[in-house]
Amino acid sequence: MAEMEYGLSETQKEIREMVREFALERVLPVRAELDEKEEFPTELLKELGRMDLMGLYIPAEYDGMGAESMLDFVIAIEELSRICIGVSVSFAANALGADPILIGGSDAQKKKYLPPLAKGEKWAAFALTEPNAGSDAGGIQTQAVKKGDKYILNGTKQWITNGGEADTYTVLAVTDKKRGARGVSCFIVEKGMPGFKFGKKEKKLGIRASATRELIFEDCEVPTENLLAKEGMGFILAMKTFDVSRPGIAAQGVGLAQGALDEACNYARQRVQFGKPVIANQGLQWMLAEMATQVEAARALTYGVCRTIDSGAKDVSKLSAMCKLYATDVAMDVTTKAVQVFGGYGFMREYPVEKMMRDAKILQIYEGTNQIQRDVIGLSLVKEYAATKK
Amino acid sequence: MHIVVCVKQVPGTTKVQINPETNTLIRDGVEAIINPFDENALEAALVLKDTIGAKVTVICMGPPQAESALRETMARGADDVVLLCDRAFAGSDTWATSYALAQGVRALDKVDLVFCGKQAIDGDTAQVGPGVAEFLGWPVITYARKIEIKDQVVRVERVFEDGYEVIEAHLPAVLTTVKEMNVPRMASLKGRMRAKKAAIKLLDAAAAKADVNEIGLKGSPTRVVKIFTPPRKTSGVKVDGSEPLVAARELVAHLRNQKVI
Ligand SMILES: Cc1cc2nc3c(=O)[nH]c(=O)nc-3n(C[C@H](O)[C@H](O)[C@H](O)COP(=O)(O)OP(=O)(O)OC[C@H]3O[C@@H](n4cnc5c(N)ncnc54)[C@H](O)[C@@H]3O)c2cc1C
Repeated sequence: MAEMEYGLSETQKEIREMVREFALERVLPVRAELDEKEEFPTELLKELGRMDLMGLYIPAEYDGMGAESMLDFVIAIEELSRICIGVSVSFAANALGADPILIGGSDAQKKKYLPPLAKGEKWAAFALTEPNAGSDAGGIQTQAVKKGDKYILNGTKQWITNGGEADTYTVLAVTDKKRGARGVSCFIVEKGMPGFKFGKKEKKLGIRASATRELIFEDCEVPTENLLAKEGMGFILAMKTFDVSRPGIAAQGVGLAQGALDEACNYARQRVQFGKPVIANQGLQWMLAEMATQVEAARALTYGVCRTIDSGAKDVSKLSAMCKLYATDVAMDVTTKAVQVFGGYGFMREYPVEKMMRDAKILQIYEGTNQIQRDVIGLSLVKEYAATKK
Repeated sequence: MHIVVCVKQVPGTTKVQINPETNTLIRDGVEAIINPFDENALEAALVLKDTIGAKVTVICMGPPQAESALRETMARGADDVVLLCDRAFAGSDTWATSYALAQGVRALDKVDLVFCGKQAIDGDTAQVGPGVAEFLGWPVITYARKIEIKDQVVRVERVFEDGYEVIEAHLPAVLTTVKEMNVPRMASLKGRMRAKKAAIKLLDAAAAKADVNEIGLKGSPTRVVKIFTPPRKTSGVKVDGSEPLVAARELVAHLRNQKVI
């Protein structure tokens, strides 16, 4: 049967094949245990580093693979997610942490911080959310006050993916309270800088292999040369980061939904009721048909957005939000249906689909809830049509 | 330090089918893989490359299709790959294969260490590693699970079912590796891209200076008379031993029945 032709390059096909092999050989045998023990996949990430995959999104001059291609990276995330998004988010969050440096960093900052990330020797994290600032990112309260050649940071970040495991953190803090969102700046903070500590590791519904921690800044001293771009540019950097990170979350959705579809189809062929495999029932076939169509549509939209970004297009917020919104809603829907296809067995931890359903929920929440994605798309429409009014 | 790893391509299945007429393996339609123990051998060599620095050459005797196995080893980090390929090699048994591989090793730049897997999963003889050593006139240590190299001496933990011994040998030497030695790495993206384009060096019988009377069917003293799957043993009778007296009586009854006593 023909597969969708997405016109992938040789490199992209190679990435797909190698990550698929890795996911099956290395991740599949341990995914249930990582989930059960809430264990961070340290060894898996190290191996992904050795396989050059941590450098997929980083230019060659900073020791990355140089592809500078969103789609290359998204294919890797998708294939990992087919088996476990707890592992794939720990992988992808490195890019989220590094993106502000890639987008707003000086050459010196890039030379210092990107090569170890590209080689997988160090890991990164991105810290925006605070106890009182989630969707309303402009409401952050962590402060950075300039004192001589240092900024002094005070405040707490919450639910930071790779928190405690990463070495390099991009952190948003207020440098000018009066200017609101324009008073927010972004800093590179290293693990071990004085006054930088970690809080508790969260216990979660899903993606339990990933580490989600609090970051605590108590008179944390950060050298002024670690300010990214200029003071007041933090919020813009964060939004530009989301423009290129949201397709990664969409890829998690596509991969996870594909994984759930694989499980559902295989199970429905084996399970016999009323003297025939349950897949022989039209009622079930229609459910599987819808799931398969949703997965392919989500993939097509996600790859399309990646290609648009790779073509150098500016102002991609609407498109990024669209693929994140659609693919993650698909993931929630398809994983829920997969549990239904499994019946009572699907509810049992012995089978993989209950984990997939638990995991799927986070995709509709992080990197902007799906309500916020609709907001972004809606606002873009308002602007778009106001500009074309006749 | 120049390390050579001998690699065999084998059918990627445990259900090996045999052609009853020719007594040879049916390879059609079966995916070919690198012999799993050879993957441990390659990994051992690559670890030495990473830690003490070495050039790693992989050598494989086989048909042109074996190129894919060699590319895979290159993707994982082998510097050079050589395919010993010639019609004259066809039909070689373990003796002739050992000779051919030894000639292949001789044809390379000065070699310090040769790694083989402990055995190949298709033939399971475990003879080729020691055979290569014999033809080269080098010491061999089989079933290595841990190695250390210092001042041209290799120290090896040689493992058995119930323990291990520590043996040293002067280089050059041949080692065969067991599965528990390491976990073979997966190829990197750069490695895979490089391996795709790399040229595979071909070595025919003449280039390996192999005596045609010592290779192929002609050079193979082994004659396979018959290959068959042995019938499954039927399970025996279990006697419950919790009551010794009852058990003894039952046992005697069985033995009498079978006319053993
Ligand atoms: C496991 C996990 C990992 C995370 N990792 C990171 C990380 O690495 N870095 C980081 O900075 N953050 C991270 N986050 C934070 C995440 O991005 C936020 O949770 C998310 O942005 C939502 O914020 P909130 O949870 O405070 O929800 P709230 O903002 O309190 O929202 C509550 C509800 O109100 C809705 N809502 C809010 N505003 C509007 C509106 N204007 N219109 C319509 N509906 C609205 C929301 O959609 C939601 O349903 C992580 C969160 C989790 C759970």
